[in-house]
Amino acid sequence: MTILCAGINHREAALEIREKFAIGNHELVETLNSLRGIEGLSGAVIVSTCNRVELYASSINPAQVLQSIRRFFTTRTSGLEAPFFTEDSLPSVRHLFRVASGLDSMVVGETEILGQLKQAYSAAADNGATNAHLNKLFQHAFRVAKHVRTETGITRGATSVGSVAVDLAGKIFGDLGGRKVMILGAGETSERVARSLVSRGVRTVIVANRTFDRAAALADQIGGLAVHFDHWHTAFDEVDILICSTAAPHPIVTRQKLESILRRHSERPLFIIDLAVPRDVDPAVGNLENVYLYDIDSIEEIARQSMSIRQAEIARCEALIEAHVADFMHWMRNHPTSSR
Amino acid sequence: MQNLLLTASTLLLLCSFGYTLFRLGSGRLRPGRTNLAALVAAFLLLSGDLWLRGKVQHSCPINSLFDVVIFMAWSTTLIYLVVGSAYRLSLLGAFTTPLVLLLLLAAEWAPLDRSPSIRALRDPWIEFHASLSLIAYGAFALAGLAGMMYLIQDRQLKKRKGGMLLYNLPPITDLGIANIRLIWLGLALLSIAFGAGFVSGMQVNTIKFWTSAAIWLAYALLIVLRQVHTLAPRRTATLSLAALGFILLTLPAIQHLSTPK
Repeated sequence: MTILCAGINHREAALEIREKFAIGNHELVETLNSLRGIEGLSGAVIVSTCNRVELYASSINPAQVLQSIRRFFTTRTSGLEAPFFTEDSLPSVRHLFRVASGLDSMVVGETEILGQLKQAYSAAADNGATNAHLNKLFQHAFRVAKHVRTETGITRGATSVGSVAVDLAGKIFGDLGGRKVMILGAGETSERVARSLVSRGVRTVIVANRTFDRAAALADQIGGLAVHFDHWHTAFDEVDILICSTAAPHPIVTRQKLESILRRHSERPLFIIDLAVPRDVDPAVGNLENVYLYDIDSIEEIARQSMSIRQAEIARCEALIEAHVADFMHWMRNHPTSSR
Repeated sequence: MQNLLLTASTLLLLCSFGYTLFRLGSGRLRPGRTNLAALVAAFLLLSGDLWLRGKVQHSCPINSLFDVVIFMAWSTTLIYLVVGSAYRLSLLGAFTTPLVLLLLLAAEWAPLDRSPSIRALRDPWIEFHASLSLIAYGAFALAGLAGMMYLIQDRQLKKRKGGMLLYNLPPITDLGIANIRLIWLGLALLSIAFGAGFVSGMQVNTIKFWTSAAIWLAYALLIVLRQVHTLAPRRTATLSLAALGFILLTLPAIQHLSTPK
C-alpha cells in the first residue's frame, strides 16, 4: 500500500489560483464519492483551507491513481494543473506531519490547521472514504502535532498586531470577558485589534473619532457605542483597554490628562495600545503605575520576536517529525495491505 | 528514619528545582506538573518526618529552631497544595519549590539548635497557638511568592519586550488577587493563633510579643490600605515580599525567645 498526496498550497500558488481548486463543505461528499470511483484508490481525505487544497490517498497502484487524480483536478478547474504531486509514501507522510505541526503554514506554528485537518479527516471517515492506512496516518499526524507543540516552542507567542494585543491583554487581565475597550481614531488596524479583542469576550467597545459618522459606522459593525471625539475622556470611566490610532500630529493622551482621569479609575490596570504614527500617547504615560503602554514598534517587535523563536524551533520540530515518519514507515512495512 | 525522610524530601525538591533551572536555561520553561508532583511527594515525606518527630517529643514537633524551620517548610507546602492550586497560578509551584528547598537546606546544613526544649507546661492551647502561627506564616510565605511573581510580571509588561517569562507567568490581575487573598488567609489564621495564645494565658517575652504584634499589625494595615484603595497592587506585592523577608529573618529570634529558660 502506498500513501500519496496531491494538490496545491500557498507555497506554489497565489490566492487567485488556489481559490479555483477550493472544495467547499457543500461539495465535499460529492467530491469524495467521485474520488472513490477511481480504480485502485483505497481511501481519500480532502483538506481544503484558504491556504491549501490537498488530497491524501492510499492505493496499491499509485502511478495509475495519481494520473486519475491529475485528470480529476484538471477537469474540476477547467484545465489548471495541480502543481504538487508525490506518489511515494515517505514524502507524503512527511508532508502531512509537517502540515499538522504547522511547519508548512503561512504563519509558521499556527494551530488552526490541526483543527482543519481533524475536520477533514472526520468528514472523510464519516463518509466511509478512509481505510486502515489513512486512519492510522491521520491519527499519527494528530499525535505528531501534539508532540511537536508540547516539546518545542513552535507555537510560542503571537505573530500579528492583533494577536499580540490579545495576548498582552490576557497577560494583564486574564479573562477578557466583561472588559471595556475604547478606540480613539477608527483606523483599519485599530478596528482589527478591537475585533480580535471582541472575539475574546470583551464586553463593551466605545468608539471616538474626529468624524462622528465613521465612529458610528464602526461602532455599529462591532456592536459598540460611538461618542464624540471631544468627549472621549468623559466616557473613559471603567475603560480597561485603550486603542489609539488617530492622525493627530501631537499626543492627545498626555500624562497630566490621564493622571486626572485615573483618579476615578480605582486600581484596575489600564492597557494602552498606541498604533498611531506620530504617537497619540505621550511615552511618559508608560511610567504611571498600573498603566501598560505599548506603541506600534513594541508590538511589532514582540511579533518579530515570536516569529524568530518559532523559526529557531523548526530544526527541533523537523527532528521530532523525522522520528515519527520513521515509526510510521515501519508500521507501513509491517502492514502492506489493508481493507477499506 | 526521620533524617531519611527529610533528606529524601530535600533531594526530591533539589531535583525538581534543578529540572526547572534546566528548562529555564534551555528556553523551555512552561507550567508543568513536575513541581506539583515534587511538592506533593515532599509534603508526604515531611508529614511522615513530623509525625515521627512528634511521637518522640510527645508534642507538636516545634520545640527547637530546627523543628520550626521544618514545620515552616511543611506549612508553606501545605498552603501551596491547599490554596495555591485553587488559584491555578501557573509557575507558583516553580517559585514555591526553591523557598521550601531553602528552608529544608537551612534545617539540614545550618548550625541550628536541634535539641527540643522541654516545655514547662504541655498546654494544648499553646501547641495550637504555635503550630497555627507557623501555618499562618506559610500563607504569608505564599503571599510573598505571589507578590514576587507580580513584580516580575509587572516588570516584563513594562519592559515591552515579550519573552518567555511574560508568556508563562499568570496574568498580573490574577497575581494581585492571589497576593491579597493569601494575606487575608494568613492574617485570619494568625488572629486565631493569637486568640489561642491569649486563652492559654501563656507568659510571653515582651520582645517576642511586640515582634509578633508588629507582623500582625503590618499585614492588617496592608489589607486596610488595600481595601480603601490607597495602596496599589504593586506596592502591596512589594510590601508582602518585604514582610516575608522580615518573618524569615525574625523567625530564629522568636523561636529563641519562646524557649523556656
